[in-house]
Amino acid sequence: MIDDLFTASVFAATIRLATPYIFAALGETFSQRSGVLNLGVDGIMLMGAFFSFYVVYRTDSLFLGVLAALLIGGLMGLVIAFISVTLKAEQGISGIGVYLFGLGMSELLFQKLIGTPQSVAGFPRLNFPPLSDIQFLGIGEIFFSHNLLVYVAFALVPISAFILNKTTFGLMIRAAGQNPEAADAMGINVARVRYITVILGGMMSGLAGASLSIALLKVFQQNLTSGLGFIAVALVYFGRWRPYGVLIGALLFSFVNAVQLQVSAIGLDIPSEFAVMAPYVITIIALVFASKRSEKPTALTKPFERGG
Amino acid sequence: MRFWRFQPPLSRILDFTPTLLSLVAAFFVASFLLLVLDANPLEAVRAMGDGAFGNENAIAETLVKAIPILFVATGICVAFRGGVINIGGEGQMIAGAVAGITVTLALAQSSGIVIIPLALLAGFIAGALYGGLAGFLKAYFNVNEILSTIMLNQVAAQMMNFLLNGPLLDPTEAGVNAIPKTARIAEAAELPRLFFHVGTIELFARTRLHYGLVIGIVLAIVTYILLWYTTIGYRIRAVGQNEHAARYAGINVKRNIMLAMFLAGGFAGLAGIVQVLGLQYRLQTDGSPAGFTGSAGFNGIVAALFGGLNPFGAIPASIFFGGLLVGAQKMQRELGVSASLITAINGLIVIFVVSSQFFVRRRTLQRTNSILPQVESVQTVHPIPPLESQHR
Repeated sequence: MIDDLFTASVFAATIRLATPYIFAALGETFSQRSGVLNLGVDGIMLMGAFFSFYVVYRTDSLFLGVLAALLIGGLMGLVIAFISVTLKAEQGISGIGVYLFGLGMSELLFQKLIGTPQSVAGFPRLNFPPLSDIQFLGIGEIFFSHNLLVYVAFALVPISAFILNKTTFGLMIRAAGQNPEAADAMGINVARVRYITVILGGMMSGLAGASLSIALLKVFQQNLTSGLGFIAVALVYFGRWRPYGVLIGALLFSFVNAVQLQVSAIGLDIPSEFAVMAPYVITIIALVFASKRSEKPTALTKPFERGG
Repeated sequence: MRFWRFQPPLSRILDFTPTLLSLVAAFFVASFLLLVLDANPLEAVRAMGDGAFGNENAIAETLVKAIPILFVATGICVAFRGGVINIGGEGQMIAGAVAGITVTLALAQSSGIVIIPLALLAGFIAGALYGGLAGFLKAYFNVNEILSTIMLNQVAAQMMNFLLNGPLLDPTEAGVNAIPKTARIAEAAELPRLFFHVGTIELFARTRLHYGLVIGIVLAIVTYILLWYTTIGYRIRAVGQNEHAARYAGINVKRNIMLAMFLAGGFAGLAGIVQVLGLQYRLQTDGSPAGFTGSAGFNGIVAALFGGLNPFGAIPASIFFGGLLVGAQKMQRELGVSASLITAINGLIVIFVVSSQFFVRRRTLQRTNSILPQVESVQTVHPIPPLESQHR
């Protein structure tokens, strides 16, 4: 029984399903490190998922689909930045507003423009002969059988870590999130830094949505994400605001998802409701453990007022 | 604490100005969306108004939809005034409904005067404990309550699905119907229908309007008194306005955070069981959280914000949003625009109401009673203290 649960295909699914978590949580890491809590991630993901799906459905161009997701994600990021940086609105509730907007809008557009459930071919599975054929421990299947977006997501982890930790811009982001007054005194434009990170986070959330609708599931339906974006926000806490920590969290959650799918596939005698519930329960537990840590950006959720 | 407190009327009106401006702004954005979707905004408004308030039955349906929203919104007022953002109305409604229907079905042989109060109590307690859990996690483990309540919504929905497919499944329906649902409650347990005698006419006599409306309005009034005329409410609001000041004043911050969430969850739990006893007469779902609640847990947040986080404001606000939901169905039929437009509009209203606080702050820098309490993130940046004060 246990052997059936931990097959190579489960580990392959773990890698694959980590994609949307990684995209969304990395993007959120940037905005939170600069001091902005964007809780609209799930709404942006839904919009990104819909627009990329629709463009691919109409044009069959994966490139245009990804571009559409990046554009709508960036646009919604811009709106969130305006709300939370310029208008200094309460970030928690305004994020819920963005979520509701994305939830309703994506469904509305889907009903109007597509109507019935459709599927697209989407991103094809890549093959890297001879690597993909390695049978040993299922390495070929686990690591070399995925679509392009999976590899892009994993590649973004070290890139994000490098930007945050080794570049001047990363230093500006951290300063804006840690001590905006000092950053301002050093001549850093805190508002501009936050605008950039929130827009970047929005684009990555859009991409996360696209990875669901045109790469992993290849369909769009109402509330496609079912709260995945909120888990991604929690992953940032779990990962201590560090890209590699976020990666570990993403893999943990995608592993739970993969096992959950496998449990229903092999017909284990566990009520499916408990399998579906598991990721959410684990998120709460993870948040409890993450809360004891002090790495949280000091200025997170605090609007910055110049010359205050 | 002052025993009574009246606001000058002018500032009361000013309090609602940003709310009304938000509505206008949301209307303009929604009109733009409708134009893009090839629908006439004025036609849409007409269809919605007609569908929501066009005749006796439409008004009754609007009120029916408003009932759970009002309960949740009243609870949200308490939570937000206490500085806690409760997004868990959906899960708390489910918890209340599950506990309440269990009691109702167990007492099926008793009379209504026994069942109804006990079922309402069970619903309140279950919702309160479920909300209180998020409050506990925030108070003692500093867990962001927005995230925890959203996760708890999903957990509650799955728990309901499990119970409805197993222990609580209607024995006569097993394997017959695809919709998981409990047995029907006893007739004695039903909340009575609500109608009025106006001259010779019986208003709402042939509609689904039920006594939940009365319970909801009483609850809103009691909550208003609780928040502004009792020490309990004073403490909750003090914690919401300024946690540090409240702590220095000797108020137990942790306990009041939990209390605010406990009450908010309890009110949402009442919404859940009232929905069962007054309208559906059984607990049923399509499997998603919204399958039972009709998203009242989210709409309650919007209504509470729209009502200025004041239980009195929540009454008209809930009716307004109930009307939007009912009217949207007619709009969908007549104009072919999906009713999910309302979800999007709700999102816009939240964004606009919260954003408008910026202009409120700017206009009345000295006034302290802005609509939103000082939640963690609304804290203004403190001016740098004069140098000498640092050496004292």
